[in-house]
Amino acid sequence: MDYIKAFLMGGLICAIAQILIDKTKLTPARILVTYVTLGAILRGLGVYKKLIDIGGAGATIPLLGFGNSLAQGVIKAVEKDGLIGVFTGGLTATAGGISAAVFFGYIFSLIFNSKTKK
Amino acid sequence: MERDVKKEQEYKNIAQKYEPKPALLKNVVMAFVVGGLISDIGQFFLNFYLSRGYSMQDANTLVSITMVFLGAFLTGIGVYDDIGKFAGAGSIVPITGFANSIVSPAMEFKREGFVFGAAAKMFTIAGPVIVYGVSTSIIIGLIYYFLK
Amino acid sequence: MAEKKLGTQTVKFKNPPSIIAGGTIVGPKEGEGPLRDYFDMILVDDTYGEKSWEKAESKMFQDAVNLALKKANLKISEIDYLLGGDLLNQIISANFAARQLNVPHFGLYGACSTMTEGLTLGAMLIDGGYADYIIAATSSHFSTAERQFRYPLEQGIQRPFTSQWTVTGAGATILASTGEGPYITHATTGKVVDLGMKDANNMGAAMAPAAADTIITHFKDTGFTIEDYDLIMTGDMGRVGRDILLELLYKEGYDIESKYKDCGIEIFDESQDVHSGGSGAACSAVVLNGWLLSQIQNGVYKKVLFMATGALLSPTSSQQGESIPGIAHAITISTTL
Repeated sequence: MDYIKAFLMGGLICAIAQILIDKTKLTPARILVTYVTLGAILRGLGVYKKLIDIGGAGATIPLLGFGNSLAQGVIKAVEKDGLIGVFTGGLTATAGGISAAVFFGYIFSLIFNSKTKK
Repeated sequence: MERDVKKEQEYKNIAQKYEPKPALLKNVVMAFVVGGLISDIGQFFLNFYLSRGYSMQDANTLVSITMVFLGAFLTGIGVYDDIGKFAGAGSIVPITGFANSIVSPAMEFKREGFVFGAAAKMFTIAGPVIVYGVSTSIIIGLIYYFLK
Repeated sequence: MAEKKLGTQTVKFKNPPSIIAGGTIVGPKEGEGPLRDYFDMILVDDTYGEKSWEKAESKMFQDAVNLALKKANLKISEIDYLLGGDLLNQIISANFAARQLNVPHFGLYGACSTMTEGLTLGAMLIDGGYADYIIAATSSHFSTAERQFRYPLEQGIQRPFTSQWTVTGAGATILASTGEGPYITHATTGKVVDLGMKDANNMGAAMAPAAADTIITHFKDTGFTIEDYDLIMTGDMGRVGRDILLELLYKEGYDIESKYKDCGIEIFDESQDVHSGGSGAACSAVVLNGWLLSQIQNGVYKKVLFMATGALLSPTSSQQGESIPGIAHAITISTTL
């Protein structure tokens, strides 16, 4: 059951992005920036938690989930540490993903070369 | 040459008439299916890590790391751009697409050196994502702190 | 008094130069296209054995020149000027090729209109008595253009249907003060025209107004009619640009459809997934020096209006939200005087 929910939630989020790309000519970079910002705002409003409860990985895997993690990390850190948490919470919560992206990104760029398109 | 707004508008109408429209329905369906499938792969790893006794938060972090690895690897072996060609947003929006946006410029620009080429260009798209994500979260944190 | 000038933008050559040879080299994808039999050399690997695609592009430029020289049975030392350019920043493909070629060199930037820009200036130099042999050449490469103007190759993005595929290749033409043709008899130099199009994925729409402007001006300046020509060929309008151009001209009373072809449409087959068609400076260069010259030599066409078209954008101007100016230079190629 959770696979069906994740499929539908993840699919829906991507389908909305596709409509934005095709209808507004938003570039992929702008879509990613929009989604991460939106995800953080939705978490701030307390909405995104519900989407994760419903969709599981379908809500955390799209980049909205990255924004959500940043905002959630900040909120939790504020509760625990007060004002300093505003600055430490976001990156602490997402450190795993970001570090992995930097490290694997660099390693794979060392190993592989761009191939021309056919 | 002075800009002639009326002429530009007239021309825009002509040009639009001949602009082939994107195959919206097909694109949306493909984005939905691929985005859904990538989410299911994430769900699979989430269930796996949870079954190994990790907390929800740790499991989610491990899923992110795993998916980033997969996205970066598929980009390296030259598969991710082929997926992106038909999946569109379906492979851009998931965190694997975030990894793709880091590895692809890094691979492409390493000929310009490993500092200002690969390492600097890695963040062409990831940089803005982190800037806007972190900044938004800090504003939310400030609001939360003062309203709490 | 400019005695060779006709009308507002056209020159009529008194001693029209002959096109004595053309050299072409293309990448693997172009080598699978419908015009494959007309190219001198088809690369199996688009890195051409070099470490970077920029180096490969420059090497293609150089080899297109050498192929043309060989066909004309000339040595580079006999060439008075090389007129060349390409799409990369500071036209490095052309300039780096000229470094090897050891020949007086004018670097040109006309985006994808560079081929006819070079031929126009070359013909003027010859007619003016400043040169006996001229080489006009240009190149482009899919992989160098993508990374400069668009996205990294491995990035998973969709190309819109209006987008065009940059041709990997290089073409060079040798003009001579004496010869038996085909001759360049007229040249109409285009104005930069911009009707406010901003979509860098729709170059055809950005260039069509400039193309229409140059064609109409050419007919007005020379007094030629559509019937005077066997073929009217543009550089890289693509399918989208073609349809717009035909409508713009039709509205002004010029119905050229039966005589019209576009290099960008001819060079690839629709099954090659290039969307609107080919583009790039090499697109017109390889079609002219490969397919078209051989058609003219075989008597299929006797008088051709050939016009390369360019979109004068840069990554910076696009990012700053500037619209895309277009330009088009036309030359008349005729087997008789």
